[in-house]
Amino acid sequence: MGNIIFYILSGITLCSALFVILSKNPVYSILSLVVTFCCITSHMLLLSADFLAVVNIIVYAGAIMVLFLFVIMMLNLNEAVTQGTKSFISKLAAFISGGLLLIALVFLLKGQQIGAVDVSKLDPNFGSAQELGKILFNQFILPFEITSVLFLSAMIGAVMLGKKNLKDN
Amino acid sequence: MIEFVWLIPALPLLGFLILSLFNKYIPKSASGYIASAMLLGSFVLVLTLLFPAISGELKTTRVELFNWLHAGNLNLSLSFQIDNLSVWFMSIITGVGFLIHMYSISYMHDDEGVTRYFSYLNLFIFSMLLLVMGSNFVVMFMGWEGVGLCSYLLIGFWFKNQNYNDAAKKAFIMNRIGDLGFLLGMLLIYNQFGTLEYKEVFDQALKIINPNEVSVVITVITLLLFVGAMGKSAQIPLYTWLPDAMAGPTPVSALIHAATMVTAGIYMIARSNVLYSMAPFTLDLIYVIGTGTAILAALIGLTQTDIKKVLAYSTVSQLGFMFMAIGLGGYSAGVFHVTTHAFFKALLFLGAGSVIHAMGGEQDIRKMGGLIKKLPITFITFIIATLAIAGIPPLAGFFSKDAILALAFEASPIKWGLGVFAALLTTFYMFRMLYLTFFGEFRGTQHQKEHLHESPFLMTVPLMILATLTVLSGFIDVPHVLGGHNWFSHYLTGANIALPEPSHISASTEYILMGTALTLVVLVIFITYFLYVSKKNLPAASESDMSFLDKLSYNKFYVDELYDFIVVKPLALLSDFNSNFIEKHFIDRIVNLSGKSIQWSGKTIRYIQSGDVNTYAIFMVIGIVVILFLNLVL
Amino acid sequence: MSQYLVLCLILFSLGAFGVLYRRNILVMFMSIELMLNSVNLLMVYFSALHNDQSGQVFVFFIMAVAAAEITIGLAILVMIFRHLGSINIDSLKNLKW
Repeated sequence: MGNIIFYILSGITLCSALFVILSKNPVYSILSLVVTFCCITSHMLLLSADFLAVVNIIVYAGAIMVLFLFVIMMLNLNEAVTQGTKSFISKLAAFISGGLLLIALVFLLKGQQIGAVDVSKLDPNFGSAQELGKILFNQFILPFEITSVLFLSAMIGAVMLGKKNLKDN
Repeated sequence: MIEFVWLIPALPLLGFLILSLFNKYIPKSASGYIASAMLLGSFVLVLTLLFPAISGELKTTRVELFNWLHAGNLNLSLSFQIDNLSVWFMSIITGVGFLIHMYSISYMHDDEGVTRYFSYLNLFIFSMLLLVMGSNFVVMFMGWEGVGLCSYLLIGFWFKNQNYNDAAKKAFIMNRIGDLGFLLGMLLIYNQFGTLEYKEVFDQALKIINPNEVSVVITVITLLLFVGAMGKSAQIPLYTWLPDAMAGPTPVSALIHAATMVTAGIYMIARSNVLYSMAPFTLDLIYVIGTGTAILAALIGLTQTDIKKVLAYSTVSQLGFMFMAIGLGGYSAGVFHVTTHAFFKALLFLGAGSVIHAMGGEQDIRKMGGLIKKLPITFITFIIATLAIAGIPPLAGFFSKDAILALAFEASPIKWGLGVFAALLTTFYMFRMLYLTFFGEFRGTQHQKEHLHESPFLMTVPLMILATLTVLSGFIDVPHVLGGHNWFSHYLTGANIALPEPSHISASTEYILMGTALTLVVLVIFITYFLYVSKKNLPAASESDMSFLDKLSYNKFYVDELYDFIVVKPLALLSDFNSNFIEKHFIDRIVNLSGKSIQWSGKTIRYIQSGDVNTYAIFMVIGIVVILFLNLVL
Repeated sequence: MSQYLVLCLILFSLGAFGVLYRRNILVMFMSIELMLNSVNLLMVYFSALHNDQSGQVFVFFIMAVAAAEITIGLAILVMIFRHLGSINIDSLKNLKW
């Protein structure tokens, strides 16, 4: 039973990922990326990472993709769809590089004995907010604080970069 | 007293350091006195060693200053060997050196670089003392090289003249050729005996070498060391530098090229007499070269017109005599002749300097003459020296030359004949020079005639002292037949120099030999008087007036031109070839190629930066793939 | 080989391919997000495998960094569009030799 769900979900994930890449319209790409995110969330739920799944949806699908859409809307990129000429050789190079990467990774990890996950063996609280919080605020308190500084700098950066030049006014 | 032996070379070294480092602060008039004072101090110290040596109480002592190098089997130390031989040479060096310093104070007093001159002189004395005082071949070699350097510095003292610089270079390079032989000999000694200390080398040589068979190694060693002596003591083929070295100031010629440096070769051979006695082939070669040099130089001296050049060739010829003596096995005779030659040759050179000073710088004897009345002291001392070099008893030259001729006769009458021939040539050209310089009418300009004056006190006193020594020094080695007991030969046995074998010729034969030689010499003196004073013959005014033989002699038998053709020109051609062909077409090209290839690679690699982000991304992914694959492979 | 591992590898390669294939800067950003998400999934899978919650904490941080990166990236994108008038990556060729 769990297997079938897994395969269906994987199929949807892969299809939407392909659509992200191959679609001509950027808005369609964004929407399919949202679908991909939802599927990945479902995978996470399957692996008993509840909190993370929800956070995934909120942050990625809710915030980041909306950000993307805002940019498109603001700059009217919908109309300014210019594909530009792609030479054959660059397409071929892209195919080959991507393919090689996949092959290399697969070959590397071929012999590894990684078993299947038995979700029932896990702690019922596994992946809950309390447990996650316990580890986050005990072991990983320093990266946590530094991440806040990271966000601060990102915000300042974004504001600075997005400003129009005062001289233009 | 022997602990202060290090002061003897240290004082001149100190003089050199003071005069060279504080050159600007020392007034020009004081520099000579400082240098002479240092030397006087050394001389006094040497005297404290000389008196015990003469009375036979000096034991051969090795004074070690410090251990220099200790690497495996090689043990080098700066140490001195004080024995009869080295003390004798030290006395000559410091004594005659002091007289020449005194002379130079007056001779060089108005020269620009007089402080530099005295610093070089002191450095020379230091090096020469090291040479004779060393107890191993290394210290001797240090001194050997040092005197070569000082010779270069002093010959080229008036460096603004390019000819003098060339002469200095020639002297140094020919010396170096000899030094190479010396160095190779030293290396071979070390290879064979494992040590370079005199005592150890000679003791081992006596033990190891079978006296009945000829040892090739010893012959080669002695030959190589003799090559060094050839260069330093101006024998054939490395003698051409000495006449050119007259470019230096006259006191320099007196000190270096008459009394001390050129005798270093003889000292070295006398010191190594143990080795040389085991190599009869080398001794024969030394005899041949010595005799050849003596006769050749005398032949050249017959027609020279520069007063200093005559004396230079005379020096070369007398050195040939000394090597002749050594080649016949007479080490003490050689050293005896060194002593007497130091006195009368230095006297001759200083006298010549006095004449040149009086003539206002003129050195051509064709322009001199009639100087007896104007330069009385110079004339008297000069004639004493000339009589000595001709071999008139009871002056010093008679005894030393006679010892050599006696040795020659013992070997074969022909050798005696050659020796007498060379002695007669010597008499001829020396008296020719004397007559042309002092006798007859004055042949110079009116301006020079008014300028003629006797030299000042500081210049005449050394002349007088040297003249006294010339008269007296003959008596240190009077042979048996004349009633003496060969004091000097016995003195030298204290330094491990074997007595010459007792002579096999009877007393009456000796008297006949001495008488014949003396009569011939006196005959030559009268012939030259007749030629140059009575008949007023003058040397040709220019080369075109000379006969063929005269021209050959005047042009030094074209030996310099021969060397130029054989050695200098091929080297110059080789150097031209290397610099114009090999350097330009090969080496330069390789160097330029490396530069150009870097430039080329820069130009080509530049195109990787196409500005296209996509390409960069592809390269990144490919790079990661490569790393992953390397992980698989390795 | 575990299925999750294969899924993640394929998603990762697809993301890489997307970065290399597309010229639109926005789509390239989205492909990068896809790659990051595939890694997130893998981390979660491993944490469930080893029963260790720190894997999920890692995912947390990856998400935080991704968010910050997108912010800055999009701000730069806006600037580029204002400057050049197009968001084709081929128009950014000024650093040519």
